[in-house]
This record gives sequence, structure tokens and C-alpha cells, in this order.
Amino acid sequence: MSNSILESTSGESTAMSADKPVSVTVMSMQQALNRALDEVLAENPKAVIFGEDCGRLGGVFRITDGLQARHGAQRVFDTPLAESGILGMSVGLAMAGFHPIPEVQFDGFAYPAINQIVCQIARMNYRSRGTMPMPITLRVPSFGGIRAPEHHGESLEALFAHVPGLKVVSPSNPHEAYHLLKYAATRPDPVIFMEPKSRYWQKGEVDFAADGDAPTGSKVMREGRHLTLVAWGAMVSRCLQVAELAAEDGIDIEVLDLRWLKPIDAAGLAASVRKTRRAVVVHEAPLTSGLGAEVAQLITQSCFDTLKAPVERVTGFDVPYPSGDLEDEYIPNIDRILFGIQRVLEYKRG
Amino acid sequence: MDTLPLAVPDDDAGPLTSAQLRELYSLMVAVRHLDRSAIAWQRQGIIPGYAPELGQEAAQVGSGYAVDTTRDFVFPTYREMGVARTMGVDMVGYMSTHKATWHGGLYDPVKSRLAPIQAVVAGSVLHAVGWAHGQTLEQKDGVALTYFGDGASSQGDVHEAMNFAAVMKAPVVFFVQNNGWAISVPTERQVAGGSVAARAAGYGMPALQIDGNDVVAVVEATRRAFAHARRGNGPVLIEAMTYRRGPHSTSDDPGRYRSLDEERNDAGEDPLERLRQRLLADGIADEAFFAEAIAAAEAEEEHIRAGIQALGSRPGAEMFDLVFQETTPALQAQAANWREESEHV
Repeated sequence: MSNSILESTSGESTAMSADKPVSVTVMSMQQALNRALDEVLAENPKAVIFGEDCGRLGGVFRITDGLQARHGAQRVFDTPLAESGILGMSVGLAMAGFHPIPEVQFDGFAYPAINQIVCQIARMNYRSRGTMPMPITLRVPSFGGIRAPEHHGESLEALFAHVPGLKVVSPSNPHEAYHLLKYAATRPDPVIFMEPKSRYWQKGEVDFAADGDAPTGSKVMREGRHLTLVAWGAMVSRCLQVAELAAEDGIDIEVLDLRWLKPIDAAGLAASVRKTRRAVVVHEAPLTSGLGAEVAQLITQSCFDTLKAPVERVTGFDVPYPSGDLEDEYIPNIDRILFGIQRVLEYKRG
Repeated sequence: MDTLPLAVPDDDAGPLTSAQLRELYSLMVAVRHLDRSAIAWQRQGIIPGYAPELGQEAAQVGSGYAVDTTRDFVFPTYREMGVARTMGVDMVGYMSTHKATWHGGLYDPVKSRLAPIQAVVAGSVLHAVGWAHGQTLEQKDGVALTYFGDGASSQGDVHEAMNFAAVMKAPVVFFVQNNGWAISVPTERQVAGGSVAARAAGYGMPALQIDGNDVVAVVEATRRAFAHARRGNGPVLIEAMTYRRGPHSTSDDPGRYRSLDEERNDAGEDPLERLRQRLLADGIADEAFFAEAIAAAEAEEEHIRAGIQALGSRPGAEMFDLVFQETTPALQAQAANWREESEHV
């Protein structure tokens, strides 16, 4: 597989040190996603990418940069500016045997397409009794953190996860982004792929081979003994920072990247919390009926007898996503996560 | 009304032959009889509900007749029984949606070339555009035929679909059955600008507003539209003016919003009777033929009714098994739990 696009977008360097396999490359999440899409197009002639500004421009976040030049305007194309149209069209393309990989430019722009996502994409396999699968990989630049206008910082995972027929996944770093997107884009079912837009430009090591590292379920990003932080998307790196800080106080924290928000890896959650006996779940989305509630219930069910404290949630608030000036007050920050950890550690049974 | 001209001559296939006209009549009789019977089935408790298409037989049979099921694909609403019958869809499978057996129907949509029955108003119009664009991408010559009504024309998805199709020159035929009523709301309180067809000019798309109760006019217009789209000229809009002679559904009470006198005045001549008079006048068919057609329709209805009555419920496991191609642990656990608590196994 040539990667001329990636070379032209620059910034990556192949690690050549003796302790790393040659398949490891340092790149941004934007580059990792771009490479995954490039490979998916090369490997599956039925894969097509489309959306607003996905073609010539390469997307407002440049995730599809260079793909139209490389794979042609039939495979990577711009649509009119209408999200319901983009998703409704995806249904017809899937019926015709394609693997559509549409993009909704920003999370909040999925709202105008909810009818097509919920009533059509999620149900067509069911309605057609399995004769019309919907292998649609919907990429949604998601979550907050970039001082964007209104409707550009939404966290829709609970909404999507609640819909029967959809699967939902969010990568936390470039390595995860590459592997999870390659996996999602080869599935026969609809997958909502939530890209943490605030992490697009952070670099990390991507091991393209990643043998034995299945792109399913959750993943322990840091092992610990005292408490499990459960997170996804951009909150994973924040939780890893928190774990480093807590370690200075002798608190040994495990960070579990949930990755798949549907199906949730109940077994992975149970395995981690059975060991640590304490859990805090962190997400950007509002608290009430957020995915944290689902996570807390799954942990309670599997670990009730050994839990040392109720599962805590550190989340956004039940408010419309605020303007950039107040964004840092809304998104769980290091202090709020540390307070959540403290509440769990100091919990005394009544 | 021809707002923009079609880029093809009147008719590829030449005028309808006598045999084809007789076939159209037989189809319309079969559809009329099945439609009327389905209302009776509902009254008898055989099915819980039905959405009649009484009065729309010419629009449905005529448009369905133009479909080439070896290469085209059709996107119905919940009121396209006549289209399904004309396309040769398994009618027990089709009517099973009204038996509440399975929402989309039990027929095979892929083999039938008819997408699953669609309950969302205007829900499948965009699907036709996507399917049609797929034909363009693969350099195939299939055409997508999508149905909707005057009520559905108010939905934003119809605008998005027409704009997408026109921008991409997708081979789509948008077939509007303007039957005068969206449940209780008449067209004049639904459609601004005088007609749905008038909107096509704004998309640079040809439109044909036709007498939807004249089956010959419907076949010819649909064939022209197919020829136009099939040759790479982009989408066409057909607005077939017809009349919903029955209620919206077996739960509806039209007496609350229109009188019987109004129905008689507004419905115009019965499309089936019109074709019968035409066949008689042209010496194409005689009373013996009509009697045979009715007898065949009755036999067909009995066969379909027997099939519907013989249909049992689908196994409950299908609720779980048909959600995904690749199931999930949570769904498997729920299915196991259901089996244990409901089937006691």
C-alpha cells in the first residue's frame, strides 16, 4: 500500500528504533483516518465517500484530503448541503450494493438527518428481513473543545446508542482511529463513527500491523489497582492525564477506553472493576440519561458485591452546549475528574 | 402540463396493443377486487387494518406496468398495492404487512424489485435517488421509480430528493399520486403554487401532469419518463391527478371532512369504468372478457385470502435475529432472557 497522500500531508515520521516494529508510524488522528479511508477505498470497490465538501476540499477537517484526486470523483464526491439527503441517499446506495461512508460535517448537523438515521438506516435490515443490509459507516466529527459555533460541539452517543439497529464507536487516539475506522467500514451493519474533533491534530504512534489487537470491545489504556476511569473519545487522554497526577499521590488508576458505545463491552467493564472495585465514568455529554448511566448500571450489575462505592459520573451538564468562552466550564476537566475520584475513594458505607 | 420538455419522443415502445390493454384491464380488476376485499377482511377481523387505494387503480397499474423488473427498482409507500400486483410481487407476502405479520411485508424486496413497504411519509424518496445514483456510478441503465402523495410533497425530504437527483442527473422518476386528500386535508391546503408538477421547473426537471385516472395516459407518460431517465437525461416528475375514493385507512371516517355529494362531484369518472367503456367502444373486449376478468380476480382474491389466513405469527426470535447482520452480546442476552421467560425453554 502506497501512502503518497500521507507523505504529501507531511508531519509523520517512521519510528526506526530497535524496540518498535517497523509498522509503527507517528501521525495525527486526521492522518490516521485519512489513511484508513484511503485503504478502504483501495480494498473495497463498492466503498464510496460523500458529504458536504468531502470531495475537492477534502472535508473541513481534511479527513478526506486527496482521496478524490486519488480514487476519482465517482468514489469520493460532494453532495448538496442537506444532511437528510446525504443519509437518505446512503440507504439507496446500500440497497444497490454499495458501502456508503457518508460524512456529516459536524455532530449537530446530524439532527436534520435523524429521521433517515433512526427510521430508515437503523431499521432497513430489520424491515427487509435481512435482505437489505445497511453497511453504512457514518462519520461524525463529534464532541466539543474547539471553540466552535453553536451546534458544532454536541455529544450524540446516547441518542444513537438508544436506537435499535445502530452501532456506535469512538476512537481516542490515532492508532485507535486507524484500526476502528478500518474495522467499522468493513462491517455489514450501520456504524456511527464519532471522531473526537479536538483530537484530530494530536499525534501518536500508529501500529498498522497491530497483530492480536482486536478492534472490538473496550481497551485498557493504563492498568491500575485502585479505581477504573471509564471514558471514550477525547476524554480518554484527559483521564490518562488525571491518572498520572493521581499516581503522584499514590493512587493507582486504571483507564478503560470504552471504544464501542454500542455494543458496550460489559465483560471488559466487569473485568476491570472487579479488580479495582471502584469506578468513575467520564463523558462530555449531559448527565441525565447519558451513557454514563448505562455504564454505571452494567458495572453495578456485574460488580455489586465487591464495589466499594457507588459508580460516580463526571459529565457535561444538563444545559445546551455553551459558547467557547464557557466550554472549559462545561467539559469535564482534570479538577472535576479528581473530585469525582475523591468522592469514590472517600465513600463510607452508611 | 409540460413545464420542461422531455428529451425523448412520445413513446419508445409504440402504442399499447389490444392484448396489453386487456391485460391492463385485468390487472385493474384484480387490484380493485383485492382492495375492496381487504376492507372486508378488516371488517371480518382477518386483518387489523388496511389503507385502500380505491380510485387510484389507473395511476398504480399504469405506472407499475412501465417498470422493467430486470433492471429498474421501485420505492413504494404504504398504499401501492396496485403497483405491487402489477409488478408480479407475491401478494400474500405483500398483504402480510396489513395482517401485522411484518412491517415491511414478507415478500423478497430484492427479487421483487420493490423496496419494503414504507410507513414514513416521503421516507423512501431519497432512497430512490441513492439507488439511482448507484446506477450512474456503475454505468448501468436501471431507473428508480419512487411513489409519494400530495401530502408527502410537503415533506422536506421530497425537496432534498428532487434537488439531489437534478444536481446529480440521477435516473429517477418521481411519481406523485395527487389523490386530493392527505387524510382529511385537501390538496389546496397542502400544495402551494397550484401543483406539485409546477415545482419541477425550479429544479430544471421535466414534469408531466397527467390524468391519473386514464390508465393509457399513465402508461405512456411513465414510459416516456423512464426513457428520458434511462438515457442519462436526469430525473422526471409525474403528477398523476386522481382521487382517493375511499377512506385514508380502515380507521378513518371521511364523513368528518367531506360529504358524499362532494365525493361524487370530485372523484370524476371511475378509472376502471373508463377503461371498460374504451375497450368496448374500440371493440377490444366484450362482456365475456369482462366476466372472465372478474372471475379471475375473485379466484385470485380467494387464493390470497387463504394465504393470509394461513399465515401464523413470525417466530419471536426474529425480533432479535433480524436487527443486525452481526448480532451483539446484549441482544443475544436479551433473546436468551426472552426465550427463558416467554417460551420457558
